[in-house]
Amino acid sequence: MIIHHPILGPRDAQEFVYLGDASLIDRPDGMTAGVEAFHDYLYQRTNPAGEHQELWYHEQGDRSWLVVTRNTVTHEITKVELAREVARARGRTK
Amino acid sequence: MRYSGFRVIAEALTGHKGWKPVWRDPDPKPDYDYIIIGGGGHGLATAYYLAKEFGQARIAVLEKGYLGGGNVGRNTTIIRSNYLLDGNEPFYEFSLKLWEGLEQDFNYNAMVSQRGIINLIHTDAQRDAATRRGNAMILHGADARLLSRDEVRQMYPWLNFDNARFPIKGALMQPRGGTVRHDAVAWGYARGADSRGVDLIQNCEVTGMRIENGRIKGVETTRGYIGAKKVGVAVAGSSSKVMAHAGMRLPIESHVLQAFVSEGLKPLIDGVMTFGAGHFYVSQSDKGGLVFGGDIDGYNSYAQRGNLPVIEDVAEGGMALMPAIGRVRLLRTWGGIMDMSMDGSPIIDKTHIEGLYFNGGWCYGGFKATPASGWCFAHLLAKDESHITARAYRFDRFLKGLMIDEKGQGATPNLH
Repeated sequence: MIIHHPILGPRDAQEFVYLGDASLIDRPDGMTAGVEAFHDYLYQRTNPAGEHQELWYHEQGDRSWLVVTRNTVTHEITKVELAREVARARGRTK
Repeated sequence: MRYSGFRVIAEALTGHKGWKPVWRDPDPKPDYDYIIIGGGGHGLATAYYLAKEFGQARIAVLEKGYLGGGNVGRNTTIIRSNYLLDGNEPFYEFSLKLWEGLEQDFNYNAMVSQRGIINLIHTDAQRDAATRRGNAMILHGADARLLSRDEVRQMYPWLNFDNARFPIKGALMQPRGGTVRHDAVAWGYARGADSRGVDLIQNCEVTGMRIENGRIKGVETTRGYIGAKKVGVAVAGSSSKVMAHAGMRLPIESHVLQAFVSEGLKPLIDGVMTFGAGHFYVSQSDKGGLVFGGDIDGYNSYAQRGNLPVIEDVAEGGMALMPAIGRVRLLRTWGGIMDMSMDGSPIIDKTHIEGLYFNGGWCYGGFKATPASGWCFAHLLAKDESHITARAYRFDRFLKGLMIDEKGQGATPNLH
């Protein structure tokens, strides 16, 4: 698979480490959320067959985190964004 | 029809005209007591044991494709019970004991072949870990032996013992481990279930679940609505898709695992060998092909095919361990979809919906578990309580901090 890095251009997926569903960006607030909310955040997954937003880390590159939109049935990648920008768009401060 | 050596000879003398189809191809009835979703190894075993051991009737197995067309037909056929943790080892040892009596039990030749499995050791730390694991196995009634370097050399003199990075220092062996003809497992269970009145319904995909007041009433399928008192889901690989019909999210990701077979060779490897440090394991089939594999590809996937980097990685592992296979040609590669759970262990449990039961999360260890998985799931369905060896496989273990994490990797499914 080739991941089109927003800064570095097309890179082989072998340069990356995979983390999982991009919902991991939306960590509940540790001061207010309960155990169940953290359980759901940490362990539960939607795991769709089809379009999936996921976190990839460019370990053997610029060490950036990316949000890759990829189809889990065809492996086709349709969108690649910097995770930082996705997180900010979702209201995170960094 | 009962199979026997006498039957084979009698049929040979009469032109093989007496063989009958091994199971019926029934249309679904309007309702059943039990519906098992998934006509793979685990689903068929569940139906078989429900009928045979737990005396239940009015059972149907719904399969979206053909029987045994999923992971039970795509794995590398290894059986073993070399686990460390209390939540796992009794269950897998129960499974291995069922494998040992399986062919007599369901009167079908599944080619259960206990040629032994060895896990190679390269460091003192690995030897300590293997010793601990072996002792845990023996404490649970399984068999284990620690092999010295010389004993491994006697078995496989052509291995790369002096690899600079991973010199072979010994191995942990389970002599009762081995391989089984995987398709025959599905066929044997299917035949056994069918002959006890279970309806095996193929080309019947579940498209919805009818749930009223927190209780399951039946399932919508491509062959119409089918009512049921209890529904058991055994569709590992597609668990999240099917359970989404009940509005449930699972602690599971679907990943693709590739497997490989080489051209046929003269006898080279007697048993099963794992080279954990190099992410490689191998056995040799009766036809002579080396059957081997390695890691999952590592990203969520429902495609039953993997990518080239893992093929390269597995080939490198093979070459590091066995330089002798350098000129052997690869015959086939294929992929199967794994339910990768959050602690690397399976789930056999009730759900919050009355009458709906779940069996999945087998990671890449589902095949060896087939008999015990079927038995324990049938136990749960029939008696509404977990079998004693499967009590740890609960949904709520993540919430309660009771994970069964053999590898200690935490909630990172692609590392288990």
